Amino acid sequence: MDQIIVQILNGLDKGSAYALIALGLTLIFGTLGVVNFAHGALFMLGSFCAVILSRILSASHKVVDPDRTDFLGNPLEVDVFYVQDWFGEAAGAAIMEWAVPLAILFSIPVMIGVGFAMERGLIKHFYKRPHADQILVTFGLAIVLQEIIKYFFGANPIQTPAPDAFRGSLDFGVFLGYDPLTIMYPYWRLVYFFFSALIIAGVFAFLQFTTFGMVVRAGMADRETVGLLGIDIDKRFTFMFGLAAAVAGVAGVMYAPIVAPNYHMGMDFLVLSFVVVVVGGMGSLPGAVAAGFLLGILESFASMPTVVDVLPGINQIIIYLVAIVILLTRPRGLMGRKGVMED
Amino acid sequence: MSKSNFTRRGVIQTGAIAGAGLALPTYLRAENHTGFTNAPGDSEVTLGFNVPQTGPYADEGADELRAYELAVEHLNGGGDGGMLGTFSSQVLDGTGILGREVKYVTGDTQTKSDAARASARSMIEKDGAIMITGGSSSGVAVAVQALCQEAGVIFMAGLTHSNDTTGKDRKANGFRHFFNSYMSGAALAPVLAAQYGEDRKAYHLTADYNWGYTTEEAIRASTEAMGWETVNSVKTPLTQTDFSSYIAPVLNSGADILVLNHYGGNMVNSLTNAVQFGLREAQANGKNFEIVVPLFSRLMARGAGENIKGIFGSTNWHWSLQDEGSQAFVRSFGTKYGFPPSQAAHTCYVQTLLYADAVTRAGSFAPCAVAEALEGFEFDGLGNGKTLYRAEDHQCFKDVLVVRGKENPESEFDLLEVVEVTPVDQVIYEPDHPQMGGADASLGECNNGA
Repeated sequence: MDQIIVQILNGLDKGSAYALIALGLTLIFGTLGVVNFAHGALFMLGSFCAVILSRILSASHKVVDPDRTDFLGNPLEVDVFYVQDWFGEAAGAAIMEWAVPLAILFSIPVMIGVGFAMERGLIKHFYKRPHADQILVTFGLAIVLQEIIKYFFGANPIQTPAPDAFRGSLDFGVFLGYDPLTIMYPYWRLVYFFFSALIIAGVFAFLQFTTFGMVVRAGMADRETVGLLGIDIDKRFTFMFGLAAAVAGVAGVMYAPIVAPNYHMGMDFLVLSFVVVVVGGMGSLPGAVAAGFLLGILESFASMPTVVDVLPGINQIIIYLVAIVILLTRPRGLMGRKGVMED
Repeated sequence: MSKSNFTRRGVIQTGAIAGAGLALPTYLRAENHTGFTNAPGDSEVTLGFNVPQTGPYADEGADELRAYELAVEHLNGGGDGGMLGTFSSQVLDGTGILGREVKYVTGDTQTKSDAARASARSMIEKDGAIMITGGSSSGVAVAVQALCQEAGVIFMAGLTHSNDTTGKDRKANGFRHFFNSYMSGAALAPVLAAQYGEDRKAYHLTADYNWGYTTEEAIRASTEAMGWETVNSVKTPLTQTDFSSYIAPVLNSGADILVLNHYGGNMVNSLTNAVQFGLREAQANGKNFEIVVPLFSRLMARGAGENIKGIFGSTNWHWSLQDEGSQAFVRSFGTKYGFPPSQAAHTCYVQTLLYADAVTRAGSFAPCAVAEALEGFEFDGLGNGKTLYRAEDHQCFKDVLVVRGKENPESEFDLLEVVEVTPVDQVIYEPDHPQMGGADASLGECNNGA
């Protein structure tokens, strides 16, 4: 039983990441009708926002320490951080330590900007082109983005730790009456889950309770009629692309302490996120979120040693198996709408 | 009125025959006469450096390439000569190889066997490379080694740690300086037993490919011989980035040691996850829970950050070694590039020098003559102390370093500390050892190609 609880918890944070990426994918598909294969790269760029801000905050100048030597025997040049020069040692250290949470604020304008640039600069030229063209161009864009990141940051993962206050694990089992150290769950993953829930709720609230959101929803349902009413729906959809990019970006920022950012992480998530979107139902926002959590938890269960012992390799195919079963029984996915991608 | 006997057809026929006749000696000299593939001319010789320039091991590939360029510079008489001055065999004099200036071409393995074979083939067939070296993955090394065997060129392996490279997949044209999984196990086990005790229960997470299997097998065999028990071993997909599902069950498995048979990004992420799940602070079976990483690399250690502190592993070489050879290499490399070399850079540099030395001692570029010069060759001064290139399997035998993540690093390069230099006698094995393919493993016949 304790293992089942552990895997549900594990599935929640993985599912959170899937849900956030799939939510952005669905927003873009639902509004602009574009199948955006560069969305995983946006998640990766978000992660690297954490790396970049961390490096900016750790900017330093060199001071020669005559008492110590470097690996060549020359006097050692020690890094002195500007933030510690400016704000004092303790405050400077705290600012550097909190780089990841601060990167959320940093990433939102950056990612909205990246989203606008992508949409206005490239993707808008492909609105009237077949989905295959859109997939090819966005996939190509994803490869370009990841190669740019690799050029500047290298191929190895870059450790981007959470603040000290969130390191370590919560003894979750104790709350449920288990012995200490039976069910451990890292604090940061817990933070990630609640953060994702907040973002998802925020996006839904924005679409549900604001006039802007209402127009966007109307546009998703019938773009032509909304246009005939004199509303510039294209401008709103461009904003939605920026919003989707920002959602992917903050999802990436917060994921940086869980999996060390590397240039390829977007691709790792992209394929699974598309499966999530298809299982949830193309164009359905609640479907994307529900499928994200469902598949995240199923993937965790399939990775349990006891399951893998009985069905070797199941951990690598479970998501696709579930996708096949759901698409056979419910061809439009869990919450898919009639008419989406069926023309 | 005179009539010419020349016809258009006649001129073409005569020209073709004359051309073929003139070209024949060149053809014979290049191939049949010398009797081996890509015999070099009188002024230049081309080496092929096949490293991952893209893909997950691109950083290691870049460091390997730096080392190769440095080796070429030293062989051609440039720079400060690096290890040429400390190498026990003093036949290299900075005039290239057998008087020919050393040139090189590079290929990108992409850490994929098929891409690595294609780039190696291109360097051999199009660029005339006489020797192929490099790689940062055992799968790639085994594949390229087999290709070089067929093509009739020497393969000097770069960073490859799987037993199979000089075990069941050994080849007469292939040579490895880097250590292997068996040696890691043999060196690590006594240190681990001394540090953590002999009554320990280990849980293995193993990368699901060739290197992972041989490393798990080696570590299990060595630690079980010391009294440890293996409670479980789980294979993890090579593409896995979040290992939480694999790490979470470890605490309740009855194990008190986690062995991460992971390398590269896998190692960085699995170790990070293990630390996040509180394994470093946990207690199990009344003991402190411990983590072991059999193969450490400084480049990877940098990625793991603080998480590697206090964790034991093994490595082929480390820049902090104080012997003359290591210091000469670190000085050359550090002066040229501004940071110390990695173990991947070291093994690639050394392999290039060893090849050049063997050619010089053999007085020939013919692969079988070079192989003969390398077989049973004993040398010193290249950073690992006295070393033997064993004739039976083309594996180098030398001391192995047991290292630990440093608690208080003084610089961004100062991540590992050497805790023990395990003597070669403790890590040597019989050529027909079961982990090395048993009695069936054979080098086969040397191939000169052409």
